[in-house]
Amino acid sequence: MRIGVLCSRLRVEEKLLFQEMERRGLSYGKIDDREIILDLSNLEVSYDVILERCINHSRALHTLCVLNARGVRTVNTYRVALTCGDKLLTTNALAANGVPTPRTLIAYTPESALAAIERLGYPVVLKPTVGSWGRLLSKVNDREAAEALLEHKQILGSYHHSTFYIQEYVEKPGRDIRAFVIGEETICAIYRTSAHWITNTARGGVASNCPVTPAIHDLCQRAAKAVGGGVLAIDLLETEDGLLVNEVNYTMEFRNSIAPTGVNIPQRVIDYVVKVGQQ
Amino acid sequence: MAECIECGAEVETSEDAEEGEIIECPECGVELEIISVEPLELALAPEEEEDWGE
Repeated sequence: MRIGVLCSRLRVEEKLLFQEMERRGLSYGKIDDREIILDLSNLEVSYDVILERCINHSRALHTLCVLNARGVRTVNTYRVALTCGDKLLTTNALAANGVPTPRTLIAYTPESALAAIERLGYPVVLKPTVGSWGRLLSKVNDREAAEALLEHKQILGSYHHSTFYIQEYVEKPGRDIRAFVIGEETICAIYRTSAHWITNTARGGVASNCPVTPAIHDLCQRAAKAVGGGVLAIDLLETEDGLLVNEVNYTMEFRNSIAPTGVNIPQRVIDYVVKVGQQ
Repeated sequence: MAECIECGAEVETSEDAEEGEIIECPECGVELEIISVEPLELALAPEEEEDWGE
């Protein structure tokens, strides 16, 4: 079996995945997304399965679309990248499938966005539909801040920022949960603890082990199924009424989660890639 | 050993360095991309883009 790894900038995660494949003696090749040319009329692929590890969502999405349309197996699939790469589509998939998620309203103009914000009540969170690592998340505490933010987003942002994604602010106990799902297993989870309301480890949140309870596993499986399954990192919020699924990531970073959980995440990812390649 | 593109400091890489890997200059802190391992060649790493993430 030959495994292709679609990537460009190599993070710690990609190196760990390469090391795991080398340890097993698996044949793999790096496909640099800055160099590939996709011939849509005559695409030749010399891999049995392709593991997508792009840092650019748009490159990942389009390449997976081209590959899957021609029957090339990928981890994850185009459908999963499409859904998880856009917060609106993720929340929609979760809500439409009855998976508990924070209440979210979508609006397309500053006027309707302001009305939506006031329907939810302050504080609210505004998020860009595409983006990661906690970038450009805004907690809006009052009407003055809402008006200023909406004007800035409309005038200074690209058109993506004029699709307003408005979410209820969920009070967290100083932490959230990131669970790692591979296929039908929830292999491990971490608490991400931070004094700041944004708890991403990319933004300084500290990781510690979170036992995978039956409730966490059950919710993660429902969320994974809603977005199409595969290798996923699912962010959960703890509330008095139970767990909510906040976000689902499809090209997960895991460097800070191996030591606290004791789970060899790259090994489990490659197990899954091999399984998909053998199907 | 190679020179930092930004400040000229000498930059060392680990034994398992790979093309495409990002390292930080110990002197000025700029992010550098390894564009060749043998011989070692560095370039300024690409700026973060709006759709970058996990």
